[in-house]
Amino acid sequence: MATNSGLVYLIALPLFGAISLLLLGRRADKWGHLLATALSAGSFAVGLFQLSEMLGRETEARPVTQKLFTWISVGSFNVDASLLLDQLSICFVLLITGVGTLIHIYSISYMSHDPDRRRFFAYLNLFIASMLLLVLGDSYLNLYVGWEGVGLASYLLIGFWNKKPAYATASKKAFVMNRIGDMGLSFAIMIAFASLGTVSFSGVKEKAEFASEATMTAIGIMLLIAAVGKSAQFPLQAWLGDAMAGPTPVSALIHAATMVTAGVYLIVRSNFVFDAAPNAQLLVVIVGAITLLFGAIIGTAKDDIKKALAASTMSQIGYMVLGAGLGPAGYAYAIMHLITHGFFKAGMFLGAGSVMHGMNDEVNMRKYGGLRKFMPITFVTFGLGYLAIIGVPPFAGYFSKDKIIETALNAGGAKGIILGSITLLGAAITAFYMTRLMILTFTSPKRWDDNQHPHESPALMWIPMSLLAIGSVASGYLLYRGEALKHWLEPLFEKHGEHTELLPPIVVSGLALLMVAIGVSIAVIKYQLSDIDAVAPENVSIFTRAARRDLLQDDANEALFMRPGQALTSALVKVDERVVDGTVRGIGQMAVGSGTALRKSQTGFVRSYAMLILIGAAALIAAIWVVTQ
Amino acid sequence: MDINNYLYLSAILFTIGAVGVVVRRNAIVVFMCIELMLNAGNLALVTFSRINGTLDGQVVAFFTMVVAACEVVVGLAIIVTIYRSRRSASIDDASLLKR
Repeated sequence: MATNSGLVYLIALPLFGAISLLLLGRRADKWGHLLATALSAGSFAVGLFQLSEMLGRETEARPVTQKLFTWISVGSFNVDASLLLDQLSICFVLLITGVGTLIHIYSISYMSHDPDRRRFFAYLNLFIASMLLLVLGDSYLNLYVGWEGVGLASYLLIGFWNKKPAYATASKKAFVMNRIGDMGLSFAIMIAFASLGTVSFSGVKEKAEFASEATMTAIGIMLLIAAVGKSAQFPLQAWLGDAMAGPTPVSALIHAATMVTAGVYLIVRSNFVFDAAPNAQLLVVIVGAITLLFGAIIGTAKDDIKKALAASTMSQIGYMVLGAGLGPAGYAYAIMHLITHGFFKAGMFLGAGSVMHGMNDEVNMRKYGGLRKFMPITFVTFGLGYLAIIGVPPFAGYFSKDKIIETALNAGGAKGIILGSITLLGAAITAFYMTRLMILTFTSPKRWDDNQHPHESPALMWIPMSLLAIGSVASGYLLYRGEALKHWLEPLFEKHGEHTELLPPIVVSGLALLMVAIGVSIAVIKYQLSDIDAVAPENVSIFTRAARRDLLQDDANEALFMRPGQALTSALVKVDERVVDGTVRGIGQMAVGSGTALRKSQTGFVRSYAMLILIGAAALIAAIWVVTQ
Repeated sequence: MDINNYLYLSAILFTIGAVGVVVRRNAIVVFMCIELMLNAGNLALVTFSRINGTLDGQVVAFFTMVVAACEVVVGLAIIVTIYRSRRSASIDDASLLKR
């Protein structure tokens, strides 16, 4: 494979920004955000340059590597810190740096009143660098470094306003739940090392065909746990809603467009593992299917605009995971949905930020309404993202989501019918909750107080929103046209055989559009054509109440893990106090007690000592006499 | 004369010394009893030397005398010092080690 010495600059530029902004401290307050934005844009430029070079090469010669240094060298086991840029990584590099740069620009204005803006940009740059390392690492170990790096950046940014205890708790919750997933990744690396003797992608791929299916299933399940943690999939999904405590640009970049999709990247990157382990692959599909409905149902009940979008993110990543679990037929569509989702969800989050900016940081949609007139640009950009996510042709989500639904339906047999129905149902619910969000925010009558003065956001905010809206409109068709992305990624995956076609694509599209139409009409009837309360109604069905409580995810975690965990720790404390401390104290008391008893024999009279010596000597002689006799 | 008689004498002397150490209270007498035990040992050594026809036992007896002489010097000095400070030569009065 060809080497290329330019790859390191992709990571080095934002990393330099993060380090210098953190080290310079207040001295960089005036210009720190500009440096960070410039470095992120620089990284994007390097990415574009690499893409143009890659396009100029033959298909086989497209992937390039760069060895930075030898990291671990023990006997026959070698891990280099080296980067790999191939057809899959470049998609991510451009998404991360492109959307990342737009969000940097947006944040300049969004965070302009925050005294800690420089620190915010340092963390953003740290995130970009870590995320790039994650997608550029050529082995699971290198990926792991980036994986932890983005976890750290996510933690720091969720808790950016950690003066509020609730926000600090949210960041801690995200961090702890992510640790569970990280444990899965480290186990996957250990199993790969122990049974395959290698941790690089190419090495594992080579050995995958010779390894036993049990090994591959174990690695696959561990990788799935990792993906589930990072991508907020069932059952580790509970942190994403609370992660909305972070500033809105963070929600857009990390918790919608890039970091949470790292799990999808991991699964697609490890396609050779999952292809060799059908059971693990089935588990991936199940996780994806559960999450896509789970997130969508939560989304229908949320009144907090950011939490509704977060639930939607969870659900959309469920689509991607489901697509990735469908094997070679679905990998490319999972990535396609990931990219289009990156555009429209980031755009909508920035739109939500813009609305909050104009509404004094109010997040309750029941206190919005009628903002279309006051924020026309936000309305249009948000609306384009909305059309994209619900899958209206020719917007981006139509192509990517439709393809996943089609692949799910064509999975064959009962599996295909079940998965197809779930994805179609998900499409209907998506259309419902997104329409509800649009109506509550923009088109219904106003429900805000007179001391609110909604206004359009400044250009630094609406320009990135518009660019992302253009992406939401065009990216789907560009990637879909002539199966462009599929052919681009094809060299990475196993060829898959002819798939059975349950329904012709045109019928699938028709069905999907029908579901969308149903979802939209229900939302229009329920919200546009009837009055909306400014306070959430109390007398609602038990299902609505459950959905408002995030389908009891926190209650389940508390009952299943937190309470037993606390009981376990308190039991361990008791064991420590009674058994361990008891033993130690017992030994001490035994020594003291025997000492006290023995002290009585010490009279201090020389004659008694002499007597004892005499008796002892006599006994010794007697013993020797008996033994030798 | 039977050479074993020397050994009997040695045993008798040692026993007298040992009983003296255990039953007497006067430090000087106890001290003399210790010397008696040492010399009983010396007698046994010399006797065995004679029985075996080697000089080892006699050489060791000389060492014992040298050590005993040193011990007398140190021991008497201690006894005199104790007597001076406590006005008593009874060893039961000097039972301070138990505290």
